[in-house]
Amino acid sequence: MIEIKNLHATADGAEILRGIDLEVKAGQVHAIMGPNGSGKSTMAQVLAGHPAYEVTKGSVSFLGQDLLEMEPDERACAGLFLAFQYPVAIRGITNAYFLRSAFNAIRKARGQEELDTLDFLDVLDEKLRVIGWDDSLMNRPVNDGFSGGEKKRNEILQLAVLEPKLAILDETDSGLDIDALRIVADAVNKLRTPENATVVVTHYQRLLDYVEPDFVHVLAGGRIVRSGGKELALELEAKGYDWITEATAETAATS
Amino acid sequence: MKSDANVKRYVDQHRRFSSNGASQDPPWLGLVRDGGLKRFTDIGFPTTRNEDWRFTSVKSIVGTKFEIAKPTTVDEETVTDFAYAADAAARVVLVNGSRASENSFVGKLPAGVIVSSLQEAIDKHPELVEARLGKAVSGEDNGFASLNTAFVRGGVFVYVPPNVVVSGLVEILSLIKPTDTPVVAYTRNLIIVERGAQLRLVETYAGVGATPYCANTVTEIFVGDGATVDCYRVQRETADGFHVASTGSVQGRDSTYSMHAVPLGARLSRHDVRMVMDGEGGQGTLNGLYLMGGNQHVDHNTIIDHAKPHCESHEYFNGILDGSARAVFNGRIIVRPGAQKTNSKQTNNNLLLSGDARADSQPQLEIYADDVRCTHGATLGPLDENSLFYLQARGIDAESARRMMTMGFGLEVLERMGDAAVREKLEMLVRDGLQSGTVKPV
Repeated sequence: MIEIKNLHATADGAEILRGIDLEVKAGQVHAIMGPNGSGKSTMAQVLAGHPAYEVTKGSVSFLGQDLLEMEPDERACAGLFLAFQYPVAIRGITNAYFLRSAFNAIRKARGQEELDTLDFLDVLDEKLRVIGWDDSLMNRPVNDGFSGGEKKRNEILQLAVLEPKLAILDETDSGLDIDALRIVADAVNKLRTPENATVVVTHYQRLLDYVEPDFVHVLAGGRIVRSGGKELALELEAKGYDWITEATAETAATS
Repeated sequence: MKSDANVKRYVDQHRRFSSNGASQDPPWLGLVRDGGLKRFTDIGFPTTRNEDWRFTSVKSIVGTKFEIAKPTTVDEETVTDFAYAADAAARVVLVNGSRASENSFVGKLPAGVIVSSLQEAIDKHPELVEARLGKAVSGEDNGFASLNTAFVRGGVFVYVPPNVVVSGLVEILSLIKPTDTPVVAYTRNLIIVERGAQLRLVETYAGVGATPYCANTVTEIFVGDGATVDCYRVQRETADGFHVASTGSVQGRDSTYSMHAVPLGARLSRHDVRMVMDGEGGQGTLNGLYLMGGNQHVDHNTIIDHAKPHCESHEYFNGILDGSARAVFNGRIIVRPGAQKTNSKQTNNNLLLSGDARADSQPQLEIYADDVRCTHGATLGPLDENSLFYLQARGIDAESARRMMTMGFGLEVLERMGDAAVREKLEMLVRDGLQSGTVKPV
């Protein structure tokens, strides 16, 4: 689905990603873990096309297309979705209107007919039913005055409606209590199919108890320094990140 | 006493005005007019040396030789463009300050409700007019409002007796149609809503043609104890029009008043809002949206005066500026001694769509009570890049995203409007004004 090769990226001239290699196939769940400042969120933002980052080296192929050549909206239309760590408020625009605009933009790009308000409400109702949520967020302005938990739920609601091929969840678990976390994780699991893939970016192992990863990668200093199965996450939880970053530093020093 | 030629011109006009028809009016009205003229000759036109007019020069108004607009007519099609509700309770159309009876109508109103021209009210209900005229807008500190008082005649009078609900929308349309020379028209509206009564009102100011003109308007609104008044004010003057306005309101105990101001037109417009919360438990909302492009200049000077305790006021002004438009916002909140438990919130957000657009925002809090909650905030800048990225990351292309965010800035204000007909019309006007994400000057 996505193949990232030797990806380097800078922000304001400082190199943050220093050669990421990662391949995610349909049906898989990958977890990207790592200490603060390791480049996890940068990686997520670079893949979504945030203009603050400059890709200086490497390539990303997404469903056979050169992702790095595409505008952020083209990436979304091609099936890439980033659940933001810090969802942004859009004043004056209701969630329902925003969702329908996004939904129709993606349909249009796929050559499908756009839906009017009533037909879209049917789609929305169906999605809400699948994930078992109500429509209380729909008539409020996008993320405006939302609590932390509501913002994260709203990201997952968008994920449900937009049906991307690849979902990147950037710290979707941060700031959630255990009940909210379970609700969000349940929804993510319900949305998984053999045709789509999920990349979970997180600092903590907690979320991975509910959304079980096939692979766990540890990011440090802008590189993936270790990859393994889900047991790696448990090891990190028990021992922290220091042992990996230290080991990496040693390797770097001796090589 | 200001004795320059520009002031003298108005004094001469006033002499002709007084000897021409106005002499038939009751003596008390003559005294009110003379008081206005006296005040005007004392203070003259404001200059940028005056703190309240620091960012707004009215030289172009002062230097233009405006004659008093003469009564004329407009066709119904022109009026339709400025109408709102198909089922309006009443529509009073003023053309050049005089009531155009062929374009106006008053539907079946509850007993005791009066919707008429001010002139008619002066004849038929002098006691109602005399008791209130000039009590919500004194014009003491503003030469334009003093002039309006000096020339008071044209306008609309609305009276709602105690505990009466006017369910339909009352529409006031003030149009100026100059012939070939610049004209000034004075509009004076007096709105009295007695205790427990309810009224929804929209004022629209607009012009016809391409000759410069000046609309000088004053609206005074009295909201009785427990009354609810919902007012809308839409300014759609032409690109050659000047608009100078004062709106004053005085609220009684436990009353609810909202004023929604939406200026979209004029070369230069200035609106002074004076909101006095004169009874305990009053609720006041001042909700504004300005959309300016080209060389337009808009200035809001608002004072919310918390004279009594336990009142709550909310002030929201959003501005969308393009081209080399300029906006000025001055929001003063006064909490008088003893006005404890006042809760007041003020925000002014300016969206700059062009590097040449400019906004000056100045909050002024004058608090003389100790148990109050007053907050204010202002923002200024272009569209937020992170928000733009967020929308793009959901598949919406950059141009649509910009348009959506800009519209959202306006919708935020329009959403607070309770009257669906007015809100929908304004939404359409704002959408039209924001074609392709830039403000199209009116």
